[in-house]
Amino acid sequence: MNANTATPAKTKLRVATTSLAGCFGCHMSFLDIDERILQLVELVEFDRSPITDIKHCGPCDLGIIEGGVCNAENVHVLHEFRKNCKILVAMGACAVNGGLPAQRNHLDLRDILEEVYQTEPGLTHGGIPNDPELPLPLNKVHPIHEVVKIDYFLPGCPPPADAIWKFLTDLLAGRTPHLGHGLLHYD
Amino acid sequence: MSENTFLLDGEAIPFVPGQTVMQAAKAAGKYIPHLCWHPEFKPHGSCKLCTVKANGRFVSSCTMEAAAGVTIENRTPELDDKRRTLLQLLFVEGNHFCPSCEKSGNCLLQATAYDLGMMSPHFDHFFPDRPVDASHPDILLDFNRCILCSLCVQASEQADKKNVFVMGGRGMRGRRIIINSESGKLGDTDFAASDRAASICPVGVILKKRVGFAVPIGERKYDQAPASVVEVTK
Repeated sequence: MNANTATPAKTKLRVATTSLAGCFGCHMSFLDIDERILQLVELVEFDRSPITDIKHCGPCDLGIIEGGVCNAENVHVLHEFRKNCKILVAMGACAVNGGLPAQRNHLDLRDILEEVYQTEPGLTHGGIPNDPELPLPLNKVHPIHEVVKIDYFLPGCPPPADAIWKFLTDLLAGRTPHLGHGLLHYD
Repeated sequence: MSENTFLLDGEAIPFVPGQTVMQAAKAAGKYIPHLCWHPEFKPHGSCKLCTVKANGRFVSSCTMEAAAGVTIENRTPELDDKRRTLLQLLFVEGNHFCPSCEKSGNCLLQATAYDLGMMSPHFDHFFPDRPVDASHPDILLDFNRCILCSLCVQASEQADKKNVFVMGGRGMRGRRIIINSESGKLGDTDFAASDRAASICPVGVILKKRVGFAVPIGERKYDQAPASVVEVTK
């Protein structure tokens, strides 16, 4: 290609994504946008994300968080995203309201660990894991808006690919994302 | 404007003397968001979702008698914003995990929140510890989802003449539905799956056993059309 005649490349928006206390189902749903991802990469480039395997988030225009906050590492990652991302989005039920992991919240954490690792018949009784590499679990699972400011919420378990696409294209076009009947789901 | 009409969002709505604003609006196909109101039972104006502005003053449209010439604001950004806040308060007060609730898609709380575009719970969650009662052979009670609309109390008392449910306790965490039996268990009452109260719950508290997914997700009441359509056509 002749560099002199090429039109200057448009600055792409930088996007980071991560999964905290989630199941990666929202990321799978994100991939369900299928061939539209080719349109998307015309507009964005990925920073930290399971797609790039970059380990730490740099300055970004958009951060997308899947999952709630259930352990100390989740808190650090969430703060790293908030510090680096101009716009932070809670994607999926767990990020929005804690989701399935938060259903442990009315139980005592020690009771849960003891039941799972020590007392429940049929489970291996290796004792409660205590490796210093393991992040410490929090007493409660929190939706991410209880820890940092969140700019936009995209509910769903997972949000359907069409909802993610509508949300992203609205946002990238500078519109307030609007889902409406059929795309807005909490389940 | 003719004699027996009022203005709802600028449109003349006819009414029969004695009708409430809610009844007249529904008859005219106009949706006023609501949770504790049900056409079969006496309104008690407790959920406040149906709050409208009548001649500039906030009032529950389910309890206000329609009157000629009144100007009523309903779906204004201001009122819908307050309704969203009420919904968010309800969502954080209970344990509303839609992905694991078999009422999802048939739930009026969820459908109303969709209709009003509630994107997040906004407030900090209570995550309360509430009981589940599976003692009845045909009915499951999951109080995690109760919004205290008291429709089950009304249905059991007025339609079934059984008084199975009563509202009891005081305060933010104390107020709850109590089962009217010595053990406090539904299994020890004469409650039947054919009772009106068994199918009145707008959320996922009173559930019939073994039919939870007879209608699959995606083909349910509010999947076909939003609450604003379903609630004025049913």
